[in-house]
Amino acid sequence: MTVDTRQNLTLRQWMTTEEVTNGRQAFVQKVYWGAVGFLQNPLALIGLAVIVVLLLVAAFAPLIATHDPLAQDLGAALQPPSAAHYFGTDELGRDIFSRIVFGSRITLYIVMLVSVIVGPIGMAVGMTAGYFGGWTDKVLMRVTDIFLSFPSLVLALAFAAALGPGLENAVIAIALTAWPPIARLARAETMTIRSSDFIAAATLQGAGSIRILRHYIFPLCLPSVIVRITLNMAGIILTAAGLGFLGLGAQPPAPEWGAMTSAGRRFMLDSWWVVTMPGSAILIVSLAFNLFGDGLRDFLDPRHGR
Amino acid sequence: MSMIDVRKLSLDLGEGVRRRQILNDISLSVEAGDSFGLVGESGSGKSTVLRCIAGLYRHWTGEISIDGQTFASADRMGWCRKVQMVFQDPYGSLHPKHKIDTILSEPLRIHGFKDIDRRVSQILTQVGLGPRFRYRFPHQLSGGQRQRVAIARALILEPKILLLDEPTSALDVSIQAEILNLFSDLREQLDLTYLLVSHDLAVIDHMCSNLAVMRSGSVVESLSREQMVHGGATERYTNTLLRASEKYDRELVDELAAAS
Amino acid sequence: MTDPILSVRNLNVTYLSSRATLNAVRNVSFDIGREKVAIVGESGSGKSTVGRAVVRLLTPSAKITADRMDFEGKNLLSLSERKMQDVRGRRISMILQDPKYSLNPVVTVGEQVTEAYRVHNKVPHKEAKERALAQLASVQIRDPAHVYDLYPHEVSGGMGQRIMIAMMLIPEPSLIIADEPTSALDVTVKLQVLAILDDLVRDRGIGLMFISHDLNLVQSFCDRVLIMYAGQVVEELRGDELGDAKHDYTKGLLASLPRIGDRRGRLSVLDRKDSWSMPVEKRP
Repeated sequence: MTVDTRQNLTLRQWMTTEEVTNGRQAFVQKVYWGAVGFLQNPLALIGLAVIVVLLLVAAFAPLIATHDPLAQDLGAALQPPSAAHYFGTDELGRDIFSRIVFGSRITLYIVMLVSVIVGPIGMAVGMTAGYFGGWTDKVLMRVTDIFLSFPSLVLALAFAAALGPGLENAVIAIALTAWPPIARLARAETMTIRSSDFIAAATLQGAGSIRILRHYIFPLCLPSVIVRITLNMAGIILTAAGLGFLGLGAQPPAPEWGAMTSAGRRFMLDSWWVVTMPGSAILIVSLAFNLFGDGLRDFLDPRHGR
Repeated sequence: MSMIDVRKLSLDLGEGVRRRQILNDISLSVEAGDSFGLVGESGSGKSTVLRCIAGLYRHWTGEISIDGQTFASADRMGWCRKVQMVFQDPYGSLHPKHKIDTILSEPLRIHGFKDIDRRVSQILTQVGLGPRFRYRFPHQLSGGQRQRVAIARALILEPKILLLDEPTSALDVSIQAEILNLFSDLREQLDLTYLLVSHDLAVIDHMCSNLAVMRSGSVVESLSREQMVHGGATERYTNTLLRASEKYDRELVDELAAAS
Repeated sequence: MTDPILSVRNLNVTYLSSRATLNAVRNVSFDIGREKVAIVGESGSGKSTVGRAVVRLLTPSAKITADRMDFEGKNLLSLSERKMQDVRGRRISMILQDPKYSLNPVVTVGEQVTEAYRVHNKVPHKEAKERALAQLASVQIRDPAHVYDLYPHEVSGGMGQRIMIAMMLIPEPSLIIADEPTSALDVTVKLQVLAILDDLVRDRGIGLMFISHDLNLVQSFCDRVLIMYAGQVVEELRGDELGDAKHDYTKGLLASLPRIGDRRGRLSVLDRKDSWSMPVEKRP
């Protein structure tokens, strides 16, 4: 193999050739083949598209919104959808479209914050329990069981009640109930990985427990945990909306979708749009996370597909 | 002085009523540069002996020493530098998400080597793979190529002893021949000592000059290769294994049926 | 050779996928009479695919064609799926490498044999149980009454394989397809299981298709040996004449095997030639 022939490779050939010459190319190839598989799943693509739209809307909310989400105009209260107000107005005359647009920021904020808290905690607890076994496992898993046996909304309610209503407390409450399933998953994965020959080989080479957990077990646990968290995001959005609906999440006048549905329910019979618009937003976004999560599983999890 | 010395090695596994003795008073010794075979049927404990020597099991009783140093007095890192192992299943012994490069450079990093790049490319050439395999993932390699990577990984810390746990039983016969030849070459080039576990007496006969026959956790008989081949085996079990390995032998089946 | 039970001419198996077509089996022809016929080859040679193609147990993406695939006078390729199921259940039996996957883990092995008997014979449970015990005894299980009450995870690999053989003998098949039936077993147990198969061929006149990678074993066990390479049969020999093989591939394989008492510094390594994969002649 000479340098000349390598320069003649097209980008596509470079990404698919068997002749890999450095680590960067190996990584690009892995991503390329993963993407090829993912693109063949139309439902996952729809999910991804919705999530991308959600991200864009949240990023450019001030440009997209037609009105100030908090500006009241009592003269224009409960107006049906029209050219002036795409999704109509609520009981205080606020533009629902603009509120939903700004509400996407709150939804994303909750989802991201919960995931960032839940992922590391769940994985740390689960991997530690699964790898060390014995008493460590028994103690950690009983703690997990305790959290798992609370109905999540009720525990979240109790927390929100104790710490006071508010967005941050809602996030903490949701995170507290969302990590145990992740821990269980990580523990089960770790226990199957632990007995493999490549772990024995790593032990023989002098790798310590921390190194084995970080370099060997973590990369194999990560895909299924990511998939699980993505699938959980739908649940997180619903719980957040539920807490908002019960008045324990984001506080008025913040345009949180659950709180909007809650506030609108008094006018539901006469003004359907007040509830339907934020309700549909919740439905579409949680569905998108579910579809995306399923697609992600197909190409991240080695036991499915390739 | 012998390179591997195992004295009165015993091991129990399980707890309470399920506690079972896996190894019972195993003693064996392997000279430096020699290749020693452990034969036996499944459940005989032959692979467990390797795992004890490697340090993967630690609650055994008895004494294991390598190159004059006992397991009890050795530090773990020093032991790693002397003893390495090659596993049976080339599909399960390589981390599926690590590139060959990572697999080979990890041990060097753990032990603080400086010239990692040079050592990795040198070892790849030595096991007959060459640099173009360096940035591939295990799933892009065939069974024989994977086993070569596993051998490279075992050799990269420059150990004196290789523990081989059925290293070719998952491979096709033509690939087995290549790997066995590689083992012979490497032993000559690097002055290695082998402890080879196999259920295949022909492989043991090809590779080893001395062997021990194991059955349900004990050594039934220790003998030299010459003794085995020229009818010097005294134990009935050894002779049965020998005859059964050679070919389909109807008389032997009838004898076995009559004996039980 | 006696009258063939199974006669196959120019069997082809092609896997169709969106990316490529794979010719897993190419123009394979053979006859099996009341004898032991081995199909040997390395992994990927297509040997298992041949066995599964005969009973039409391949994934839907596989396309099976043949000039002839006759079993007891019936053309297996033109049978309806229902008739084929009947053939698979009663006339052709398969033994696979690991019996653990073929037995129901939550039912005792004895009950499974009894049930298998009742599927084929309308008799009361008690009588079926007696037949099952007799069946277990016939595959050299020494204490059938004890084994009867064991669960699959409680029996050893060799015992499990005998139980599987006992089960599939109930409908009295005329052909057994054994796919690596002994490669997970210890040598002494392996010989005992082979002896049972040997007796079946000798005493009951059953045909045996023995799919294996073990040249040494088929040499002493089988009457005839087909050697497969890259989906084709490259050579066909009598078992005891395997040492006189003509084809370079067969010779290469035999030379690469270590043998007890044959001390060589190095084993000879197979030098694969492109010509081995060239299409072989079709048989009329």
